Amino acid sequence: MNAVDAKSITQRFGKITAVDDVSFTVSEGELFGFIGPDGAGKTTLFRIAATLIIPTGGRMTLFGLNVVSDFRELRNHIGYMPGRFSLYTDLTVEENLQFYATIFGTTIKENYHLIEPVYKQIEPFRKRRAGHLSGGMKQKLALSCALIHKPRILILDEPTTGVDAVSRTEFWEMLEGLKREGITIIVSTPYMDEALRCDRIALMQQGRLMGIDTPAAIRSSYGKKIYAVSHRDRYRLLLALRAMTDVDSPEPFGEAVHINIREGATVDDVKKSLERAGLEGAEVTEITPGIEDVFLELMKKGS
Amino acid sequence: MERDKVIEVKDLVKRFGTFTANDHLTFDVWRGEIFGFLGANGAGKTTAIRILCGLSRPTSGRVMVAGIDASQKPEEIKKRIGYMSQRFSLYEDLTVSENIELYGGIYGMSMKEIVPRREALLEKLSFTSYGDMLIRALPLGLKQKLAFSVAIFHDPEIVFLDEPTSGVDPITRRQFWEMIYETASRGITVFVTTHYMDEASYCDRISIMSEGRIVALDSPSALLRQYGTASVEELFVKIARPQKIRE
Amino acid sequence: MKRLMAFVRKEFLHIFRDFRTLIILFGIPAAQILIFGYAVRTDLKDAGIAVLDNARDGVSKELIQKIEASEFFYVKRYLASYEEIDAAFRQGEIKAAIIFPGQIAASVAREGSATIGIIADGSEPNTASLVTGYITGIVNDYSSSLASAVTSSLPLIVPEVRMYFNPGLKSHFMFIPGVITLILILICALMTSVTIVREKEYGTMEVLLVSPLKPWQIIIGKVTPYFFLSLVNVIVILLMTWFVFGLPVRGSIPLLIAGCMLYILLGLSFGILVSASTSKTENAVFISLLTLMLPTILLSGFIFPIENMPKVYDYVSMALPPRWFVGIIRAIMIKGAGFGYIWKETAILAGMTLLIMVISARRFKTRLGEEGR
Repeated sequence: MNAVDAKSITQRFGKITAVDDVSFTVSEGELFGFIGPDGAGKTTLFRIAATLIIPTGGRMTLFGLNVVSDFRELRNHIGYMPGRFSLYTDLTVEENLQFYATIFGTTIKENYHLIEPVYKQIEPFRKRRAGHLSGGMKQKLALSCALIHKPRILILDEPTTGVDAVSRTEFWEMLEGLKREGITIIVSTPYMDEALRCDRIALMQQGRLMGIDTPAAIRSSYGKKIYAVSHRDRYRLLLALRAMTDVDSPEPFGEAVHINIREGATVDDVKKSLERAGLEGAEVTEITPGIEDVFLELMKKGS
Repeated sequence: MERDKVIEVKDLVKRFGTFTANDHLTFDVWRGEIFGFLGANGAGKTTAIRILCGLSRPTSGRVMVAGIDASQKPEEIKKRIGYMSQRFSLYEDLTVSENIELYGGIYGMSMKEIVPRREALLEKLSFTSYGDMLIRALPLGLKQKLAFSVAIFHDPEIVFLDEPTSGVDPITRRQFWEMIYETASRGITVFVTTHYMDEASYCDRISIMSEGRIVALDSPSALLRQYGTASVEELFVKIARPQKIRE
Repeated sequence: MKRLMAFVRKEFLHIFRDFRTLIILFGIPAAQILIFGYAVRTDLKDAGIAVLDNARDGVSKELIQKIEASEFFYVKRYLASYEEIDAAFRQGEIKAAIIFPGQIAASVAREGSATIGIIADGSEPNTASLVTGYITGIVNDYSSSLASAVTSSLPLIVPEVRMYFNPGLKSHFMFIPGVITLILILICALMTSVTIVREKEYGTMEVLLVSPLKPWQIIIGKVTPYFFLSLVNVIVILLMTWFVFGLPVRGSIPLLIAGCMLYILLGLSFGILVSASTSKTENAVFISLLTLMLPTILLSGFIFPIENMPKVYDYVSMALPPRWFVGIIRAIMIKGAGFGYIWKETAILAGMTLLIMVISARRFKTRLGEEGR
């Protein structure tokens, strides 16, 4: 049995189609990521999975339980972390955890082993009010609260947004730990680089899924050679590359510009053209495509 | 080569009671540079930026922003900088044109100056047909681009950007960075603060703050070489993590 | 049950942690009582009165002497006819007029009783009630001394009090029911709607909905603390009016409390209804104030007598709960009325409560509504 089984899920709000005919499955114990920018429909999809919205069309089951008709039973098995950390800012760390434990009919003690790796990092501050915690600590507390009733599935909506890189890295390490406990996790993020942490990912854009696979397979699906070109003067470099007939789709990527080279041309041709344009010493190296390269490519194909 | 310094910080200290938020910061930012200002939560980033924007005075040290001394005339600084934050930038219930006019007005421009510049801006963004639309009705990507254009509408010497492209789709994102490059090439300094290291890698130079101090400052590629890490993310975690235990 | 208790405990924590909430809960009621109470309370000393003595016999002379002997009054004018009373009041020189019928001593002797008229300036209701109270006291005093002389158990002289300008007379007793009504609405509806909407804003409502908590548990958990705090408030107000202003409740206190509970339920249900229709705190505040506070102040008869309004407002106020609640507690507190006297108002109020409860429970969803976008 699949942990999640979604068939042709569609959600409309008035004239806007937030989720458009989305189908996917998540196996039990999988760490499954939805990658896409703001407004891609991730939050809506997650709310449907969390039994909070009834989809306009399609059918979704979690562990065989329908998110619409079996929502009461299902709610015992879901740990949900909405986009904004759902904490009571005027309650202390401990009171928040205690409250969520009780309303889910359990105690902190009963499932302490499960939350321990996460919670022990914030335990020294257990008397502090949640509103006075840093972003990273809030995130850990919210995760502890979502975990306290030992859910079978964790639904985490953009848990790493607004949190610094150190906390983010720690957070993903924790998710890997939870996965080892057998908990299924679906997580969304707008950050392409976080995709590599997932077992499988779905690329989402404007309510549609553009592809589902392992990160490695997604990257190798790029199918073309890709080169990183770098030079001190990036803006001129970009403009020059754009003017070259040998070069296809130059896109800025951090310090470099990623390009494809048209058939018949070589790296040397590109270098020479750059020199002619007054950009001596530009480096051109072949690289393995990243998730973002693929995402860009899929977006362009789609439009 | 002697470069033109647009921000000059020497031994900046800011204390709140016994807590030292900024502990002897020293760094320069050059004209036309894209400068990334990074740090974990609570590292003292926000405090430093408030001082650079003229919103708070340093306890001690010398801070010059666009030729103005931040401890003498912080009010003067505000006229020479632009600011864009992801959360607050444009008024959702005003139209595109009204927002532009409002910002121009705030910076003391007359309608005579504003109108031609507004038209030029709309033209450049291929926004002409959007002029009378409410901000609310614009897609996120367009909003971001407009917010940035508005932040540099009065030709500031420095523009401060807070996580400018976080959550934006990859295509819009690139268009946005291109706008930033173009702005920098015109001599406007771009000062970026962000939690996202891939965003940081678009900067000419980055500084990483930890516990009130700057612990690294160089171009992203130079820092990667220096610390032997594959990505800026890894680098950041490596540098900022050991000190992070006390929050 | 344990879940519910945890929820209630959490709500209490919210309330006690938030200084502003506490001020609204307890500071404002106390302040209102004191302001209303002291603003309308004046000490009576050397108040001018007018006398129209048609009798000019032993009884009337003795009574006038007694009244003047008290430090409260002095006779400013002796009037010759009824027509002069109006002028005396209009000139504002006198607080009250006393009218003796002709041959009062003879009526007392022959019929065993007589009536004297007391007219007070109703435009100052509080002073008026003090004045008439004191004069009545003096008259009764004198009357009983006469009675013991003629060994009769009947009151010999019956004072008949009338008000000039304001025949209904709103005294300082009257503002207490109004303040209770206002405060209950403020705490119950406003605070409940705000606290629910705030959970929506914080995003915590999403998690509560996803939890196995049932909607009724969320509702009960949310309103229980406010139910008790409102009751505590009612009791505090009653104690304050008694100890600070010396105004005890004339009717049955359990009946009064039961009436208040009914109104509290109504307020809480309304709060839930408001919270179901918005997801922004400022909207919740605005809706509550507009739909509840204003009608309570303007149309319940609390400050402006309904009798003096155009008929339309009378009908409008009938559709609103505060009017009936003010009626109930006024009857119990001031008139000392029992349930037999107020059953109609109670039934109407109970019906309204039930209606609002049903609507609000139906509108409180187990999922996210349109704001789910």
